[in-house]
Amino acid sequence: MNVSLQPAPRAAQHAGSATTGVWVGVATISMSFAAYTSALVVRQGSATDWLHFHLPFVLYVDTALILASSVTLERARRNHVPKAEDEGRDVISLPGPASRTATWLGYTFLLGLLFVAGQLLAWRQLAAQGLFLATNPSSAFFYILTALHGLHLLGGLCALIYVRRRVQSGALLGAKPALAAVSLYWHFMAVLWVSILLLLIFRF
Amino acid sequence: MSEAVPRPDRGADRGTEGTQPGAPHHGPTLGFWRTHVFSLDHKVIGRQYLDLALVAVTTGMVLSWLMRIHLAWPTASVPGLQHLSPNGAANGVISPEYYLSLMTMHGTIMVFFVLTTAPFAGFGNFVLPIQIGAEDMAFPRFNMMSFWVTACSFVVLLASFFVADGPAISGWTAYAPLSAVGKDAGPGQELGQTLWAVSIAIFCVGQLLGSLNFIATTLDLRAKGMTLSRLPYATWAWFITSVIGLIAFSVLLPACILLILDRVAGTSFFIPGGLVISDRLQPHSGGSPMLWQHLFWFFGHPEVYIAILPGLGIVATILPAMARKPLLGPRVFIGCMIAIGFLSYMVWGHHMFLSGMNPLSATLFSVPTLIITIPATIITLLWIGTIYGSRLRLTTASLFCLGFLSVFVTGGLSGFFLAQPSIDTYLHGTYFVVGHFHFVMGVASMFGIFAGVYYWYPKMYGRMLNETIGKVHFWLTFVGVYCIFMPMHWLGLAGNVRRYSAFTDDYMKGMAPLHRFITIGALATGAVQLLFFFNLIWSRRRGALAPDNPWEATSLEWTTPSPPPHDNFGGRHPVVYHGPNEYGMAGSTGDYVMQSSPEVLPVT
Repeated sequence: MNVSLQPAPRAAQHAGSATTGVWVGVATISMSFAAYTSALVVRQGSATDWLHFHLPFVLYVDTALILASSVTLERARRNHVPKAEDEGRDVISLPGPASRTATWLGYTFLLGLLFVAGQLLAWRQLAAQGLFLATNPSSAFFYILTALHGLHLLGGLCALIYVRRRVQSGALLGAKPALAAVSLYWHFMAVLWVSILLLLIFRF
Repeated sequence: MSEAVPRPDRGADRGTEGTQPGAPHHGPTLGFWRTHVFSLDHKVIGRQYLDLALVAVTTGMVLSWLMRIHLAWPTASVPGLQHLSPNGAANGVISPEYYLSLMTMHGTIMVFFVLTTAPFAGFGNFVLPIQIGAEDMAFPRFNMMSFWVTACSFVVLLASFFVADGPAISGWTAYAPLSAVGKDAGPGQELGQTLWAVSIAIFCVGQLLGSLNFIATTLDLRAKGMTLSRLPYATWAWFITSVIGLIAFSVLLPACILLILDRVAGTSFFIPGGLVISDRLQPHSGGSPMLWQHLFWFFGHPEVYIAILPGLGIVATILPAMARKPLLGPRVFIGCMIAIGFLSYMVWGHHMFLSGMNPLSATLFSVPTLIITIPATIITLLWIGTIYGSRLRLTTASLFCLGFLSVFVTGGLSGFFLAQPSIDTYLHGTYFVVGHFHFVMGVASMFGIFAGVYYWYPKMYGRMLNETIGKVHFWLTFVGVYCIFMPMHWLGLAGNVRRYSAFTDDYMKGMAPLHRFITIGALATGAVQLLFFFNLIWSRRRGALAPDNPWEATSLEWTTPSPPPHDNFGGRHPVVYHGPNEYGMAGSTGDYVMQSSPEVLPVT
């Protein structure tokens, strides 16, 4: 592996691109959910067949879970102040802040997994009531919005695993911009979920 | 993987990427697949996009020939066509439904796989990173995915030629409910239409990845001194295009997903209740066909600018270099492009004047449509001012820029008529619209692509294209496109409806000779493109060797060898001291100053 050919200033520039890329991604995902939102509003107003249904209670628990995961991730990020002399050392052998970063990242990941499990439970409950994708436009939008949010969240979970592995393998300095980018994305996922929930609660 | 040293992002794979012959090898050379097929190098990906566009444009052109032959001689048999579609073209005679399939595929292939991929993804990928002094795109893996996802969507689209019912018949705009109800709506509306929707959804993903890359690269990877005001105009155009594309494709993707669900999962987003098609009550209710039109055109109109803005940037790059004069009003030019990009999101309703919208909404969409002609006019005036009084070098590239100017103005002028709801009511369903958008979107973008090919080919392949063949190619194409699309305006004014497969009604019979003229023009202009193909292939091996800067242009790509090494600058990090516009400089050592030249210019 030939790293000496990559001069430091360029590497620093590349590191910043991760956050830029996530910001652009946030704009893209926001725009596509804005499209779904306008479709929902138009569809709700275009005919009288829209049936409102009670949202499963587990969704509110899920909201608490994803907000909590944002807090744990923020602790991981603020905690991650790598020292140059620690670079390359294993987190397991390092009792200091780096190992705490890995721990908080682990909590975040678990909370994220629980969120996904909760969403699946909500689907099961709706299906048990006979509400499927094609039953009504309201259930169709419910499944589409939750499925797409879940899909994007799974991407975030993969990114969490990636960052945690980098921290554990001792790439402490290199993990910092990646951690910042993942945090941005994950907080956005929380905000997106809350806005989807509000959209599903409100009646137009 | 344990790492002993801090590893900068992506340092490992970039260090081992030897993609160009003669490039300094950093580590082991990659094999054939990673070098030429699944390459992370933006230059290879750019060329792959251009190759894809070349395949697509050939396919689309052949489809248009079939349509034109059928329009001119409705009973003529096209030998061999029955093998492609035994039902749609029994004995080689195109049925009305198969004509619609050809039309759908022609439009879809040309708009998505030619006008979006070539000027934006193709040239943008190859040139943008070099112009800003970067070694590669910000996310090379996303870049590679972007191309292969796009190629995959092209294959999915072409696959619909080979399914039982053939391709979709609902046009490139896929209006619901025709596109949403399934096989009752006609041949091609079962699997063919589903493949169409899936293909376009995949295409959106590819373009979103590409746009993301362009934006992050332009923002983050500019060389030292490359301020936004020193950014070359083509890069500005690609940057603005990628912002437009990001917004547009992130709306088309949801629209396609909803369409697919209507088709395969039984939902009713776009299908209204009580719809009886082919004597069968459709099992849907409550959907809104207008919702599809709004979502589609919210993408569809900006798509026009995705196709044309890179052309504006390419022309604004080439004209000053050929005129040896700075571009007039560079800041005004960039401001106009931004204004066009912004306005492109406020005019989508002008495609829907006939949808029964409130006349007040029609007026609201009409006004910004007319306003958008102001920045477009300013841009053309700036170009004319730039070449006015100059000793323009009449290379093929500059000829195609002049041709761009001509067709852009011609197509733009007919836009004035269509922008007004009262006139559009008459013209919307006629050939006037076909002539209009082919000029302003199709031919203008194509001329931008041609100009770009003749200008950057030496940088891409290290050899010059043949200028004599190029000029013949230009003049014949230029005359040809006017022969094809100008009469369509007259046909439209005379009331010739579009989308019909034959004009055998009494009142349209008189127009048949003009249709035959257009068909002959289309076949001949298509044949002329063989010159272009020949030039591309012949010059690869036999063309004159290209110097580093054959056009004496100022931007950074002309400081690198032709073709550039795999990291573009051979380990150097260029520093930029000037804007891209330093032509005809009195008092400087040459008549132009490279962007990376440290020369201090006299204050004038």
